[in-house]
Parts: sequence; structure tokens; C-alpha cells
Amino acid sequence: MNLDIQVEEQEKESIARVTGEVDVYTAAKLKDTLIPLAEKENHRLVIDLSGVEYIDSTGLGIFIGALKAAEKSGSTLKLTGLNERVHRLFEITGLHEVIDIDTGKREEA
Amino acid sequence: MEDMKVSMYQLYKDMLTSYLEDKSEHALYHAQQFSKQMMEQDMSPEETVSLHVSVFEDLSQDMPEEVKDSFDLLLEVMIGYGLAYREHQSLRDRQQELESELNVAAQMQRTLLPDKKIDLEEVDFGVVSVPAGKMSGDYYHYDLDDHGNLAVAVADVIGKGVPAAMSMSMIKYAMDTLTDKQMQPSAVLESLNRVVERNIDEDMFITMMYGVYYPEEHSFSLSSAGHEPGFIYNAQEDTFLSLEAKGLVLGVSPKVRYQEKKLSLAPGDFVVFLSDGVTESRIDGEFIERDQIVDMIRERLHLPAQEIVDEVYYQLEKAQEFQLRDDFTLMIVRRKV
Repeated sequence: MNLDIQVEEQEKESIARVTGEVDVYTAAKLKDTLIPLAEKENHRLVIDLSGVEYIDSTGLGIFIGALKAAEKSGSTLKLTGLNERVHRLFEITGLHEVIDIDTGKREEA
Repeated sequence: MEDMKVSMYQLYKDMLTSYLEDKSEHALYHAQQFSKQMMEQDMSPEETVSLHVSVFEDLSQDMPEEVKDSFDLLLEVMIGYGLAYREHQSLRDRQQELESELNVAAQMQRTLLPDKKIDLEEVDFGVVSVPAGKMSGDYYHYDLDDHGNLAVAVADVIGKGVPAAMSMSMIKYAMDTLTDKQMQPSAVLESLNRVVERNIDEDMFITMMYGVYYPEEHSFSLSSAGHEPGFIYNAQEDTFLSLEAKGLVLGVSPKVRYQEKKLSLAPGDFVVFLSDGVTESRIDGEFIERDQIVDMIRERLHLPAQEIVDEVYYQLEKAQEFQLRDDFTLMIVRRKV
């Protein structure tokens, strides 16, 4: 399964639209894209997961890494468009308490 | 070395002579044996071609110049094969080295897991834990304190293989520093979290469920650090409920408080701890549903806890054609009396 990441980079905000499966095979690719964005100072990083069907624990780790990098650089991280299974994963792991997750809308993929 | 070359020369010469005389199957069989011998003695393909040329020149005095020249070309071609073959051999040696290193590490890792049998009047206990590869990112623990209370835990380091296994040993050592007084689930996880947070990679984490059974009051306390929910079985009502407690995975934030739940267990009631290798088993490409795991356990309620976990493991392993995708751990603690 492949992973596709489209990044829309602006001065104060970046949006990363992720499509595919975030797992042990694709995690490195996601990390390479997200970490530099999260390391930008005073930046707002929005990760749109509308196109993501499945995340495994290694994939989850990438979001934790991004969160830590964002906190260090005074930036914020927000996740949107989580499907039920993915959202449940963030809930079980307690990560929904420390990561800003927009539960409102799940855009049609 | 020279002797060996002479003997190979003679051997090849005999073989070729015999084959040229009667073209027998027998000589072909010898050729196969010879090729094994060549490999054992690290003879390269180009050396074999040159052996063939010299033997052949010896046997037929009047070899046409063209044939002889053609072998020079073949020799050149075989040099490439020879290089690839030698590279293959050195990789194979290296692989064997790594393999044996990994075996030692895996053996060492197994010694980190408890192996004494739990034989209690009050509790029926069973656990199965199998790595997907050689080394495991799952960890389980059981131990009795001085008052006969049974502490149990299942932890899962993200990822698998060597990096996961190394983090697993950290959990084991951190747990060893805890004293009996610190067996309270929320306190255990808070303490482990501090250790893990300081010592783990930015994008790694560990999930863990920790519980203690107090036989005197027939109660079970547990806390969870973002771990896969388990189950609680109520014998009287014959129902399974999901067993979870709120709490963040270990290693993300230095100060985390863990919720603690207390259940009372009636005779026959039991708790099930598992790792996500169980729930992420796929049957025919589809993730297994938690209900299916419950059904598998339910069919075996009459069995001792160890047999239940062993059989569920076997059934899921079989459904995945004996090829686990992730480390697998399943544990049951049942109140007997």
C-alpha cells in the first residue's frame, strides 16, 4: 500500500494531506515530510487524514514525534478528517488528550 | 593447495574422459558432485572454465585454434559471474554471523521474561507470548508479592524486531527497581512513564496494562497506559465486557496521571490482557473483530487458563497460515475460589 502526501505550505500555516496507509512501511516517508514542517517556528501544522484508512502503531509514533517537534519550536499541530478506526486508535492510546484533533468533519475522500 | 589443484585436475580429466567415451548418465552425475566440490573449495566459475580448457587441450592434441580462442571469451564472461558468486558467499557468511548474534540476543531476551510457574489455590493463570520474528516487542510480567497478591502486566513497544526488543528490556529493568509497596497500578505506570520518557526515541512509545489481583478481597485493580483494551468475563451472567482504563501511552509526556479501576471478581470470573498483535490478526485479509476473539475464548471456558490462551493462539496462528504479522501476547487471570 502506498502513501501520498500533498503539502500546501504558507507563511504561517502548512496543510499536509495524507492518503493511504500509515504503517511500518510508509512511516519513514511521512516522518521525512512532517518533521521539517513541525520544526518551523511559530507555525501551524494541519494534517488532514481524510484519505487515511489505517494507521498502525509505528505510524502513530510519527504523530507523536511531530507533536514533540512542534512543541519544541513553539508551533501547533492539528489533525483533521480521522475515520472511526483511526480516531479510536488515538483514543485508546490517550493521544487525543495531548494532540489537537478536529472531530467535527470527515471530508469525503 | 597445489596438491588440491592437481587432484581436481585429475578428477576432472577422468570425468571428462569417461564422458567423452560413452556419454553416460553416470558421468553426468559425477559432474554434479564435482560442482558441489568446487563450491566447497571456493573455486570460481572462471577457474572451472580454465580447468576445462587445460584438461581438454591435454585430451585432444589438435584442438582447433578457434575453439581455444572461444574459451578465452567465455572465460572473460565468467569473471563477472565469479565476482557475483564471491559477493554472494561473503553476504551469506555475514548473514550467518548476524543470525547467530540475533539468536543469542533472542535467547537473552527470553531470560527477561518470568518463567516460574504460578501455582496458587485462588488463581488460575495462563499466558502465551510469541514474537513475529526472532525478537519481541511485547513484554509480559507476573509476580507475587509477600502478601500473596499477584501483579500482572502486558506491554507492547511500537514496531517490532531489534529496536522494539531493546526498549522492552528497559521496561523489565525499570520494573525490577519497583518494590512491593509500589505495586499499585497507577503508581507503577507513573514511575515507568518517567523512565521511558527520558530514554526513548522521539517517535517511539510503549503501551502497557498493569493489574494486581488481591486474593483476600477478591478484587482486581488495573491501570492502562494507552494499551489495547482487554476483557472482563462475568461468570454468573456469562458476559464479556471490554476492559480499559484511561491513560496516555508511556514515553510521550513526563508527567502523566493514570486512572485506576477496581473490579471485584466472583468465582469463575476472569480478566484477559492482550497485545495488539492479537486484535490485528487478519483472517483472509480482514482484521479480526474483538467479538471473534471473545467467541474463541467462550468456546473454551471449561479449560484451564493456560489451555485457553494456547488454543486461541494456535487457532489465530493457523488462520494466518502460521505467519504472525505482529508480536502476540494473550494472558488470563481467573479467580478459582
